[in-house]
Amino acid sequence: MSRTARLALFAGSGLVLAALLVWGLTGLPAFGDFQGEYGWILNDVAGSERHVTNVVSAIVFDYRGFDTLGEEFILFAAVMAVALLLREARDERERPRDEVRSEAVRAVGLSLVGPTVVLGLFVIAHGYLTPGGGFQGGIPTAAGLLLVYAAGRYRAYRAASPQWLLDAAEGVGVATIVAVGIAALLAGGLFLENVLDLGTKGTLASSGTIPILNIATGLAVTAAVVLLCHEFIEEVMYPE
Amino acid sequence: MSFLPYALAGWLFFVGLYGIVTSRHLVHLVICLGVTQSSTYVLLLAIGYRTGKKAPIFTSGVPVKVGAVDPVVQALTLTDIVVGVTVAALLLALVIEIWKRAGTVDPDELRRNRT
Amino acid sequence: MIPLQLVAITLVGLGGLAVVTTRDPLRQVLVLGLYGLALAVLFVVFQAPDVAISELVVSSVAAPFIFLAALAKLRGRRRE
Repeated sequence: MSRTARLALFAGSGLVLAALLVWGLTGLPAFGDFQGEYGWILNDVAGSERHVTNVVSAIVFDYRGFDTLGEEFILFAAVMAVALLLREARDERERPRDEVRSEAVRAVGLSLVGPTVVLGLFVIAHGYLTPGGGFQGGIPTAAGLLLVYAAGRYRAYRAASPQWLLDAAEGVGVATIVAVGIAALLAGGLFLENVLDLGTKGTLASSGTIPILNIATGLAVTAAVVLLCHEFIEEVMYPE
Repeated sequence: MSFLPYALAGWLFFVGLYGIVTSRHLVHLVICLGVTQSSTYVLLLAIGYRTGKKAPIFTSGVPVKVGAVDPVVQALTLTDIVVGVTVAALLLALVIEIWKRAGTVDPDELRRNRT
Repeated sequence: MIPLQLVAITLVGLGGLAVVTTRDPLRQVLVLGLYGLALAVLFVVFQAPDVAISELVVSSVAAPFIFLAALAKLRGRRRE
């Protein structure tokens, strides 16, 4: 529709929405006075039931694991759609020689690749003990790999991230979550129930299936972010 | 004063929506969509807050008796943020395809040039 | 409500307005990075460290990268 028609529609419906929002939001409990029971119960029992210290991770991977499975599928579908849209049958031509020429950028950037990847893996691994987890730590791990392109050479980045490995990693990450769920069914529990031994609270070896789901999510998020940026980088490198 | 976080969520929603409606560049539109999404994060976290309580992380040393804020809304929000940027990447791929076919990324010009 | 929360809420409100009113997409990506930082501070003040880490890495790392790559593509030769 034309611009003026769009603005008129926005003005009209915006007023109605604003009225509804004011009516709805003033009916909420006052800020700081949360009433729901589910949160309080989970805070009290999650430590002893699942031997975790980060209750949010326990909710993401155990109590609400099914929602996380849905989010993983959204991630997978978005990455697949981007690959469908942008990936072409680019024949194996000579890869362009594109490299960063500034010595300062190369020195600082490339020396940070290792620490960034280690930091990302650390955040993934300790997700159920301290704030962190697969979703948060997957992106710094991917950023460490993309730093090779941003502060170094394009050819080095392509050599470090073969496309079949990224595709396989993304698929393995999402499939592991489904496999753990089905394994829980075969072991006699519910889908995605925590059926492994719970271990000692506060150490890395605890909480049953939560570490497995954590690492699978970290792998899937890392591969997804690298794949997305890879498609965009290819579009920039081969402009036709 | 206790209504302020909810008012912030409503404000961010309308500001983002205004940016989408009056946008002249499709990439600007995608970023304004991100601002609209962030209003839902603020609303979710503001609902789950309890005055004087701490974060729901109970490593050794934090007494459980202090109490914590609601962890369920935090679990919903953190997966949402990461998936939101992935969907933004999908929208950008669509913008690139539009640019390849139509040569422009101005919404009004696209409407004028449509056949 | 403690004063730190008031400051954080004000910064986020102003940051959102700044992101929307910056019309040039290249500048808007930089303002988006700052807006993400303000949002992460707001999440920490709301006692949500997991969400703050998530918002910080997304809007400082992943979002600027994909937006800048898309903008670099759009600056190329125009096709008709």
